[in-house]
Amino acid sequence: MTNAGSIRVKFFASIREFTGVAEDRLPISDTCTVADVRAALAARGEIWERCLGPAAVVRAAVNQEIVPDDHAVAVGDEVAFFPPVTGG
Amino acid sequence: MTPVHPESPGGTATPAGVASFVQPARSAEQAADALRVRIQTEDFDLGEELRALRSLPSGDLNPAIGAVASFVGLVRDINEGDAVAVLELEHYPGMTEKTIEAILDQASSRWPLQAIRVIHRVGRLHPTDQIVWVGAASAHREAALQACAFVMDFLKTQAPFWKKEATPQGPRWVEARASDDAAAERWKPSSAS
Repeated sequence: MTNAGSIRVKFFASIREFTGVAEDRLPISDTCTVADVRAALAARGEIWERCLGPAAVVRAAVNQEIVPDDHAVAVGDEVAFFPPVTGG
Repeated sequence: MTPVHPESPGGTATPAGVASFVQPARSAEQAADALRVRIQTEDFDLGEELRALRSLPSGDLNPAIGAVASFVGLVRDINEGDAVAVLELEHYPGMTEKTIEAILDQASSRWPLQAIRVIHRVGRLHPTDQIVWVGAASAHREAALQACAFVMDFLKTQAPFWKKEATPQGPRWVEARASDDAAAERWKPSSAS
C-alpha cells in the first residue's frame, strides 16, 4: 500500500537551463530510489530525456549530500540533479 | 545568497568520498570562526583577508602562527582555446556551504591548523577577477601548504558550483575535468588502516 506524498526536486546549471525548471514538486510512492525519480523526470519529454536519461552525465544529491543512484528517497526529501561540478 | 554562513552547531554533512577516510574534528577556535566559509558576489581584498586569518578574536595577530598558505583562483581569458569574455558562476545555496565546511573539517583533522578559510564568488565575473581564495594558517609551512592544496582539490570536485562562459561562439557550460578528480584522489590513503 502506498502512502502518497511528494518530494522537492531542484535542477542546476545546464539541466536547469535546458528544462527551464529550477525547482518543482514530484509525487512519489513510499518506496523509491534516486534512479526512480530520475527515470520519472526523464519521461517528461524529449528535453528531460536528454538532460536526465541514461546517456546523460548527472550527479544527484539527496538533502544536499551527493548520493549514488540506488540511494533511497523518502517523502519530504529534497532531491537535486546537476552536472559534474566545475567550481574553484 | 548570504555573504556569511553561520556555523551550524552540530556536525556538518560530509561529502561522499571525503567522509570515508578521515573523521572531522574542529577546534574551539575554528568552531567560533563564523567567517570560515563565505559565498559572495563581491570581490575581496587579499591583504585584509590574510590579516583576518592571522587574527585572534581579540583582534591581535596570533603569535602561534608561523606559516600562512594562500591560494587565489582567477578568471582566465582563454579556456579550451577560446576567448572568454564573461564567466557566470552558479551554485546550490545551502549545499555549497555544508560541503565546504565538511572539507575544512577534514583538513583540520589532518593537519594542525590555527585557522582555515574559504571565499568563493558567484555571479558574473570577468577575466582577471578573483574567483576563489583559500587561506590556511599553521605553526609550520608543511601543514599550511598541504591543507591549502587539499581544500582546493576537494572544493573543485565536490562543492556544487558551475561555470558558464561567454565565448565568441556563444555561451557554453564548462565541462568537469578528469585531472581534477585525479588531484582529489591523491589525498586518499593508498591502503586502509
